[in-house]
Amino acid sequence: MIDSLYLAWRYVVYNRVKTITLVLCISLVSFLPFALKILLKESEHQLLSRATTTPLLVGAKGNSLDLVMNSLYFSKEKPDFISMKAIEKIMDSYLAMPIPLYTRFHAREYPIVGTTVDYFQFRQHVITEGRAFAMIGESVVGADVATRLNLTVGDSILSSPENLFDLAGVYPLKMTVTGILQKTNSVDDKAVFVDLKTTWVIQGLGHGHQDVKTLKDPADVLSSSENSVTTSAKIKQYTEINLDNLESFHFHGDSSIYPLTAIIAVPQDEKSATILRGRYLSEQKNQQIVRPKQVIEDLLGNIFQIKEFIDAVVLIVAIAMVLAIFLVFSLSFRLRQKEISTILHLGCSRSTVIQLIGAEILIITIFSGALCLSALLVLQHFQGEIVHKLFIS
Amino acid sequence: MINIDSLALSYGTDGFQLSIPQLKIDKTEKVAIIGPSGSGKTSLLKLISGLILPQQGGISIEGVMVNQLSDAERRDYRITNIGFIFQDFELLDYLNVQDNILHPFRITQALKLNDLVRDQALDLADELGIGNKMKRYTDTLSQGEKQRTAICRAMITTPKLILADEATGNLDPRNKTKILDTLFRSTDKSKATLIAVTHDHELLDRFDRVIDFKQFCDVEAI
Repeated sequence: MIDSLYLAWRYVVYNRVKTITLVLCISLVSFLPFALKILLKESEHQLLSRATTTPLLVGAKGNSLDLVMNSLYFSKEKPDFISMKAIEKIMDSYLAMPIPLYTRFHAREYPIVGTTVDYFQFRQHVITEGRAFAMIGESVVGADVATRLNLTVGDSILSSPENLFDLAGVYPLKMTVTGILQKTNSVDDKAVFVDLKTTWVIQGLGHGHQDVKTLKDPADVLSSSENSVTTSAKIKQYTEINLDNLESFHFHGDSSIYPLTAIIAVPQDEKSATILRGRYLSEQKNQQIVRPKQVIEDLLGNIFQIKEFIDAVVLIVAIAMVLAIFLVFSLSFRLRQKEISTILHLGCSRSTVIQLIGAEILIITIFSGALCLSALLVLQHFQGEIVHKLFIS
Repeated sequence: MINIDSLALSYGTDGFQLSIPQLKIDKTEKVAIIGPSGSGKTSLLKLISGLILPQQGGISIEGVMVNQLSDAERRDYRITNIGFIFQDFELLDYLNVQDNILHPFRITQALKLNDLVRDQALDLADELGIGNKMKRYTDTLSQGEKQRTAICRAMITTPKLILADEATGNLDPRNKTKILDTLFRSTDKSKATLIAVTHDHELLDRFDRVIDFKQFCDVEAI
């Protein structure tokens, strides 16, 4: 058998282009169904685990999937905004604890999540370094953000402009990192958490600037009355919030209409959840309340329907590939009839010829299997990120 | 050495018939077989080597009735006692010279490949002037080098009998003479019997005996 393997090895090495083509074809056909299975299992796990631990979500009426994906996985699809009044409404009901979410902005590619410190308690997150944010302009970063941006407590992170061409837009805000979260293997590892008010500052709803009452240059003041002062654009606006300028930061307008993307509602019990849902169904025309688990299960149902279709396609492709490979082998052996005839003339038995052919098939199968297995191991290693990119972000 | 008695073979739809009443070839004899195409020269080599069986008669080699052996016994007998040299060498392009020479040892349990055999292969190759080409693939060899590799493969098992089927067929006159010299030298050294089918009439006087299939052996070719 060792001699057969040696001869087969010499053959596959000599005909390396044909061998590599065959190995790639077989590996690919073997890889696809397994890869699909791994990715779907991981997507099911990722999507369901987070959805299951989030009892209720309140958001603007519209696509419930967008609402869930944005609130749970900080996807780029933004639902319509709701106002802070929605928070007050839930609090006034005494049926659930509201945790606001505002996920409009980014720092580089990482989402900035405006929320309250209740979010960390709700998700059972542990801050391994530093502390939670205590004032506007402070941030707590996920473990991956800290690792990839090489951030430690005391460093700063800048918010990114929403649009590169929005030259007249708000200034980026320099946020101080006060804490780093323990790795959770969830999207929270790749997020920057700030106080809700910080996101409003990024949006321009709140700002800080030089005290207009102490301006020395008369040209800076365009008009002045008892109630208001109008200044020129020369006045210095702060792009970083610190203890020195904290008091100068203020918000304009009615804060009850400031925007949110969603509210996580944590009900007291199942009965409270049912009552709260009932109220939204009967009273709210502009808002919806959803059970994330149900929304995700509906999504997975669709994905698994697609999977069955893809499985069927892969099966057909696999059958076609097996037939093609069979054809390649049979044509190859037809071309090698003279060689087979020679070794039979020399004194080789037909069973040894079959052994030689079997050894060639075995080598190709082993290489295909090894390649397929390696690819699956790589896929398994990156499955979290791949699923996040394919199904979530 | 070889004794063929009342041998009859027929096959195919065109009524091919080969009939050899009596043929004896002595040990170490160098015999050339000539005759027109289709007269059964190659069939005789196949009969002697046990690749095909006659309908009648018998073939014995040193007292062994080849046509009475089982399939496995015939294969083992062939690979250990008979060396084949084919017209177009029939070397395997995916093996280098060394592996081509050692090929018979890798395709049967009847022969054991060991360091001694490897050394013998190198000695044999050195003798035939291809010792420095052992790692070369056959598509990089000249016709003469290929032929010498084929001779080495036939000789490596130290066979009692060498069957050459138009071994000088595709060579130029100079190379034909050189190859025949090499073949004769090798068979002389190993005291083997040589039966060579050939169309090269200018080489016939170098053989001990020439068998014309049409006249001498009473072959009926249709």
